[in-house]
Amino acid sequence: MAKPRVIVLAGYGLNCEDETKFAFELAGASAAIVHINDLVSGAAKLRRFQVMAVPGGFSYGDDIGSGKAYANKLRNHLSKELEEFVSRDTLTAGICNGFQVLTNLNLLPGALTFNDNARYTDRWVDLKIEGLPAGRQGKSPWLSGIETLTVPIAHGEGKFIADEETLKAMSRENSVAARYVKDEICQHLDLPANPTGTTEGIASVTSHNGRVIGIMPHPERAMFFTQLPHWTFLKEKYLREKKKIPTYGPGLKIFKNAVRYFA
Amino acid sequence: MIARINVRSTVPDARALTKQRYFSSLGLSGKVSRVEIVDAYTVDAPVSRERLRSALQLFANPALQEATTGKWMPKHFMFAVEVGFLPGVTDNVGTTARECLEDFLKRKFSGGENVYSSQIFFISGKLVQRDIRTIVESLYNPLIQRTSVKMYRTCVRGGGMDMVVPRVKLHGRAVADAIPLAAMSEEELIRVGREGILDRNGTRRGPLALSRQNMNVIRDYFLRQGRNPTDIELESLAQTWSEHCKHTIFADSLDELSQGLYTTYIKGATNKIRSAKGKKDFCASVFTDNSGAIAFDDEYLVTHKVETHNTPSALDPYGGAVTGIGGVNRDAIGFGLGAKPIANTYGFCIADPNDATELYRDVNKSQKMLSARRIMEGVVAGVNAGGNCSGIPTPQGFVYFDSRYRGKPLVFAGTVGLIPRKSHGRPSHSKRAMPGDYIVMVGGRVGRDGIHGATFSSVALSSGSPATAVQIGDPITQKKFSDAIVKEARDAGLYNSITDNGAGGLSCSVAEMAREVSLPDGRQGGCLVELHKVPLKYLGLSPWQIWISESQERMTLAVPPSKWTQFLKFMKRRGVEATVIGHFTSSGRCVVKYGARTIMDIDMHFLHEGRFRDSMSSAPYRKGPSAARVKAPKSLNKTLHAMLSRLNVASYEFISTQYDHEVQAGSVEKPLQGKGRVNGEASVLRPRLGSFRGIVLSQALYPSYSEADSYRMGACAVDTAVRNVIAAGANPDHLALLDNFCWSSSNDPRRLAQLKDAVKACHDYAVAYGTPFISGKDSMFNDFKGFDEEGRPVAISVPPTLLISALSVTPDVRKAVSIDFKFPGDLIYLLGETHDELGGSEYFSMLKAGDAGVVPAVDAVRNNKLYRALSHAIGRELVASAASVHRGGIGVSLLKSAMAGKLGVTVSLARLPGSKLPDDRALFSESQGRVLVSVAPGNRKKFEALFRGQAIKLIGKVMQKPEVAIKGARGRSVAAIGVDAALRAYRAPLQDY
Repeated sequence: MAKPRVIVLAGYGLNCEDETKFAFELAGASAAIVHINDLVSGAAKLRRFQVMAVPGGFSYGDDIGSGKAYANKLRNHLSKELEEFVSRDTLTAGICNGFQVLTNLNLLPGALTFNDNARYTDRWVDLKIEGLPAGRQGKSPWLSGIETLTVPIAHGEGKFIADEETLKAMSRENSVAARYVKDEICQHLDLPANPTGTTEGIASVTSHNGRVIGIMPHPERAMFFTQLPHWTFLKEKYLREKKKIPTYGPGLKIFKNAVRYFA
Repeated sequence: MIARINVRSTVPDARALTKQRYFSSLGLSGKVSRVEIVDAYTVDAPVSRERLRSALQLFANPALQEATTGKWMPKHFMFAVEVGFLPGVTDNVGTTARECLEDFLKRKFSGGENVYSSQIFFISGKLVQRDIRTIVESLYNPLIQRTSVKMYRTCVRGGGMDMVVPRVKLHGRAVADAIPLAAMSEEELIRVGREGILDRNGTRRGPLALSRQNMNVIRDYFLRQGRNPTDIELESLAQTWSEHCKHTIFADSLDELSQGLYTTYIKGATNKIRSAKGKKDFCASVFTDNSGAIAFDDEYLVTHKVETHNTPSALDPYGGAVTGIGGVNRDAIGFGLGAKPIANTYGFCIADPNDATELYRDVNKSQKMLSARRIMEGVVAGVNAGGNCSGIPTPQGFVYFDSRYRGKPLVFAGTVGLIPRKSHGRPSHSKRAMPGDYIVMVGGRVGRDGIHGATFSSVALSSGSPATAVQIGDPITQKKFSDAIVKEARDAGLYNSITDNGAGGLSCSVAEMAREVSLPDGRQGGCLVELHKVPLKYLGLSPWQIWISESQERMTLAVPPSKWTQFLKFMKRRGVEATVIGHFTSSGRCVVKYGARTIMDIDMHFLHEGRFRDSMSSAPYRKGPSAARVKAPKSLNKTLHAMLSRLNVASYEFISTQYDHEVQAGSVEKPLQGKGRVNGEASVLRPRLGSFRGIVLSQALYPSYSEADSYRMGACAVDTAVRNVIAAGANPDHLALLDNFCWSSSNDPRRLAQLKDAVKACHDYAVAYGTPFISGKDSMFNDFKGFDEEGRPVAISVPPTLLISALSVTPDVRKAVSIDFKFPGDLIYLLGETHDELGGSEYFSMLKAGDAGVVPAVDAVRNNKLYRALSHAIGRELVASAASVHRGGIGVSLLKSAMAGKLGVTVSLARLPGSKLPDDRALFSESQGRVLVSVAPGNRKKFEALFRGQAIKLIGKVMQKPEVAIKGARGRSVAAIGVDAALRAYRAPLQDY
């Protein structure tokens, strides 16, 4: 089986490209980090890839609004290529800053704005995966087989906003991919479910066909067991229960799903 | 043509709501009814109205915002405040807006064309003039920002806020002036050294900080050359010889130490340790480069450097802290051929944010110092911006409060880096420019930033004259070249050497690199700089200013001519500016030209070694403990609660959670530990995702011990830093230290005696533990001299502050240990001895008995044995939790582990190893060398066997009931406090920030 080819965008302050590439490769893909300028100049071609990831970071320092300047650059130079890419049978993920970029490009519904506390916040959250009609495969290939997920957020502008009409359409199309809920980690750390005041707890959305996903939390920061905030507790527990201590964390599933889609 | 784009929020704006709450907290509760924020972009370039309108979509997301052109204001408000930057101050948002516009218009702005950002606050409420003043004052810092305030009517009359273009207009002379030192009186010579060169307009250019002796040395040198120096030569020597660059107090002879403190004690300790370790020496590069480096594994080195940015942070806490982090990041990027920054550390020594003391820099009270609260909020936000934007995790840090930091805060910023041992077939930790190599400046452009550490004349808003001297960070410019260099260009072998532009700017970076240039016959190389080629932010800088400017985000590289085309092409592709500004030579001289004229020509040896070497003497300072009697409190419950609410013990979760500590995906031990989210002492990270090897970091300081006994203070700092990382799982045989001395009035012989004591302690304990120093920094004059509210002179000096940072490697992060108790029934051990050592303790400080008691002494031989046993126990996975005991003693450590685990304990203070003490003293003694650990009952025998013959004591066990129950030495219950109540007390002091 050929490994699916993943492009991880970089440049101008995106900063999670290394670990995002690592996560895709750990999941079985072949990933390349490509600077946006190399796409603009034509030195690299989007059409050679099957998965595009816009990773987290601080593109253009969030100046003039998160994700906006990077999206402007993509739109000014690569509109056609992007359109062509998402119309093919490809997968696209925007993680954190990448999600903000994708909403600014209108590849995803709604918009992201300042957290209610108006402050950058790094903490762990629980997600309940939506868009899973009972007994059926989840709508987005990125999320198949996942019901809940424990992952961290780290952002200042992660409050999802959409007007009523958009929200209705999203609910009709099952485009809400995940909501914040109070589950394992929130209970463990005694934290409220919704870290940012985001509308209806929305943490992740997909395009109408499910192949483009935007997700505020960082699954690549939960790919190993030792990234969990309570792993030292779990390790003691497993040691006493004589259970095996895991190596990987829950976030890896998302990357594996992308690989499985092309299997 | 000047145009404006306004962006306003069409959905509830969290920033505006937060501001409204903030205004309420300034004593205006209930008075502010509405705040609306408009982001304004003032475009100073000819753009047609039509094009501008079509560009609006670049700035506003229609789901959130609405953008308009021209002046805009809402229908209702009471007054409006516009806050923008002063001319020449780095405006990152403006720059990004400009780039977006240029990209959209497909045309580069040129000449003076630019975009400037500002924010307009439209505020409604029932406010009187004084309230408005309070609000405006809270919104800006006059040293870097401008404001204009308009009441509703005036605003409407003018159609909105005026469009201000803060364009820089400078009229610097494009030549170098000769300074007639030869003809100068001794008196004038001293004045020039102290206050600076006399400008043509009669003002002084700012302090050179050159002593009389040094001025004489310089005069004599130029007499021998048969000419007077130019201004740039004098300024350049002042930079190179400064305390900041040459660390004169550590370098020059002190009392009997003819080699000086640094060579005798710091370097001396490292040399001894390295030769004792022999083949097991893990140091790779110490003291010579921008960071120190030790082995990480067979393929990589790990680097570390900790800097301070105190003076800038006192004046502009936000900008000072941003550039503090940015600057120390460049110490990683500038290590060897370029290390990748993998973690930041921070430390803030500040005054209680509730401290309402008002301070002024001048007797007329026109220059007010920022409040303690503003300073805290500013430095916290600065590290947030600098660290988060750069994609470098910031897992490790502390805040330490003392009123003596009210005049000058200390802002520590550190960066850990990772570099492959070999790059392009060469050892990556060594570098050397070759004669003929181009001198290449990479990154930002040069402005007047930070010249002479800033001269702060007030600026008339209208004239658009002097650019400010404060530095503002631009993390994205730095991120761009950082990625380009350490992720791509380095391993393509495109350059021979690299260093950071920090203090002294080009004058120091180029001269330092030129110093490394040596010829085959051992002769000293040199450099030829063509200063007119340096890219500038704006016109009108004089040559000397370009040479010493501290504009941020720049590196200097040595690029062989054969690689230049490739290097330039690559940098362009990454959107990074790179310019050849000269070349390295074999001349042995530092030569600078401006146009055709040579304006500087100094012998390299004189430049680096010519300075006058002082010999200093110290004088005794110790007073001995006061006889003050300290009364034991009636209720230890209350005391424990009060201790948890001490600022130096309390949770600083609000800082930990606003710093990204998980980027790069290597987070293992996070800043908050356990269910109760308690701040831990050490951070563990895993920089190579394919390996389980990890790095353990911690920091320790005891300024409250310094006045009584600086030797013990130093010993305690070393001991605590070492203990903190070992308790988290570090390998004691792979552990290095960094020293940061922040002293005050260092020409006072008593301060020098304290310094000598502290440095000697560093030496003695580093040698005893086998933990070499690999890097360090000092900042010797942290004194504030100004005026109080009544106009009376005030002098505030920081307590002698030594920060010890520990950098260690652990072979397997999966064995790292956290501080939280894990399961009921686990056994709690106190390792180490407890003595009557409460001098300078947090407890005595709370009881206002700060100078009573004795400061803890450190028994390195005993501790060393104990730490190694603990390390074995952790390696064998026998330890469920471990907390290093320090400030607040075992009372605080017990509560922290219990709160972190949300579990109770029952423990007894009877027969603790050490001295027999009253219960309160046993709980709060800060005796060193102690660790509180919990162990699963099944591991008891194995655990105890490892400590045979050592001072450890089983003091109790972990309980399901969330209550910390303590029995005193006589067996009576002396305290019982609920874990939830304890958590409330622990979180209370800083929870509203």
